[in-house]
Amino acid sequence: MKKSVKKPVLAVGPFHPLQEEMEFFQLTVDGEIVTDIDVRISYNHRGIEKISESLQFDQVPFLVSRICGICSASHPLAYVNAVEEIAGVTPPDRALYVRVIINELERIHSHLLWVGLAGHFIGYDTVFMWAWKYREPVLDLLEEITGNRNNYGNVKVGGCREDIPNELKPKILKELDEIEKKTELLTKAVLDDPVLHARLKGVGILSKEAAVKYAVTGPTARGSGIAIDVRADDPYAAYDALDWNVISQPEGDVFAKAVVRLLETFESIKMVREALNKLPDGPITVEVKEIPPGEAVGHAEAPRGETFHYVRSDGGNRPVRHKVRAPSYVNVPSFKASCIGQHIADVTITLAAVDPCYSCTERLAVVDSRNNLVHDYNALLKLSRERTAQLRKELGVPKLKMEDLQIG
Amino acid sequence: MNQEELNNKIAQIKDRLIEIEQPFDNRIYLTCEAQNSYDVSKFLFEDIGCRFVIATGIDSDNCFEVLYHYSYDQTGCVVTIKAIIRDRENPAIESIAPFLPGAEWIEREIHDIFGIEFKNHPDMRRLILSDDWPEGVYPMRKDLS
Repeated sequence: MKKSVKKPVLAVGPFHPLQEEMEFFQLTVDGEIVTDIDVRISYNHRGIEKISESLQFDQVPFLVSRICGICSASHPLAYVNAVEEIAGVTPPDRALYVRVIINELERIHSHLLWVGLAGHFIGYDTVFMWAWKYREPVLDLLEEITGNRNNYGNVKVGGCREDIPNELKPKILKELDEIEKKTELLTKAVLDDPVLHARLKGVGILSKEAAVKYAVTGPTARGSGIAIDVRADDPYAAYDALDWNVISQPEGDVFAKAVVRLLETFESIKMVREALNKLPDGPITVEVKEIPPGEAVGHAEAPRGETFHYVRSDGGNRPVRHKVRAPSYVNVPSFKASCIGQHIADVTITLAAVDPCYSCTERLAVVDSRNNLVHDYNALLKLSRERTAQLRKELGVPKLKMEDLQIG
Repeated sequence: MNQEELNNKIAQIKDRLIEIEQPFDNRIYLTCEAQNSYDVSKFLFEDIGCRFVIATGIDSDNCFEVLYHYSYDQTGCVVTIKAIIRDRENPAIESIAPFLPGAEWIEREIHDIFGIEFKNHPDMRRLILSDDWPEGVYPMRKDLS
């Protein structure tokens, strides 16, 4: 006989001073285990696709780079890839290399940001502060090249707007060496820590099967053994001219995704170095007078996964239709597969493992079935950190201190 | 399979299609009537093993189109199904979410902004429009500029 027992539901969000963006996940729990999860989005819906239809082709990159602060280079690149395909235009080689450099620098600072956030969620504020400190030089470099730390406005149909001056190359290479050293230290600290192993291994597993059904991409997919990467599968810009590896791990848990992101950062550093050393001379743009009627798709590998744009033109000076698909749109729903059966203390870190960009998507909450707040965001965060502290105590490992991470 | 094998495999369902266009080696467009799109989608996903990317709704003059984009990652080929919905009064198409959970959200979104019905969708609720947005007003339709 079915009992009409009200299942307690937890809420976090949608608006909370500690949250960076607004989102509303609803978790149904049985004791401390999650039995169902629902997501509400649209708090940050800005009607970008509709706006695109009223802009000229060359204005759209500025619009789409503002979809997200950390996928900021990937959206316009995917878009111009599509428009260049409609127009039958190939940018000059130098532009293709500049595009790689900008996009890989973005990947580096985005992954370091993620490592910091993940650390924060499980109570490793040292890792948080350290990762965010050592991503600053990357943002400074981007500012020096493009004039901005985010929203670079560097891509246009036919090439790039800003060149990387040759005089800047030695400085970028020197900074890269520093960033690489710091990332090595960070990687070692994270991957060798027994508490992190205990905390993140086997947590939030997304099986390969579920990853395929939910059609996830990026580190979310590569952390589940699906070695797909747009830069390798359907190369754009100058990726096919560079020597690099697609990183993947089979386990599908949060730890696997962390490893993928950290190792990818090294690949990105290698790629920027090689692209700088091979940077060909010449112009950085070709002139594109008109976009003929036609349609095309353009995609790019953003830090979170595949960014996919579809553009249709009728020969006028505006897109007739511009569809934007951010990677998080497809990655976030995979929650249904990775969160159910998990302990509520693991929810924030499982969520974070997808590295959701909420501006590309939306935000999380857990509500009581009587709509009483059982656990607010603070409480969930606290639960997550307490679990780490408990694990640390069980393993008898001292807490990681800032001094331990200084270089020589 | 390589690109040539993929091309041959896709030709196997050409009886369900109006047209196959391949402007580049790695870009294929399969135009079909709305009632055939479910079978074509299933074929691409289950028989060939393509990855679902996203769906695009379009308000064309005399019809609606729902484009289902798939990627065959082994060759980097993007295969797009263009489903033509001729009935503008009551536009409807079969949902692919029952076998592809990854398509649930985008079908909800297209329903919100174009007013296209997705038959047998497991969870048709509002996704992208706010609660107080009026019923029957579809922001991405051309008559709403």
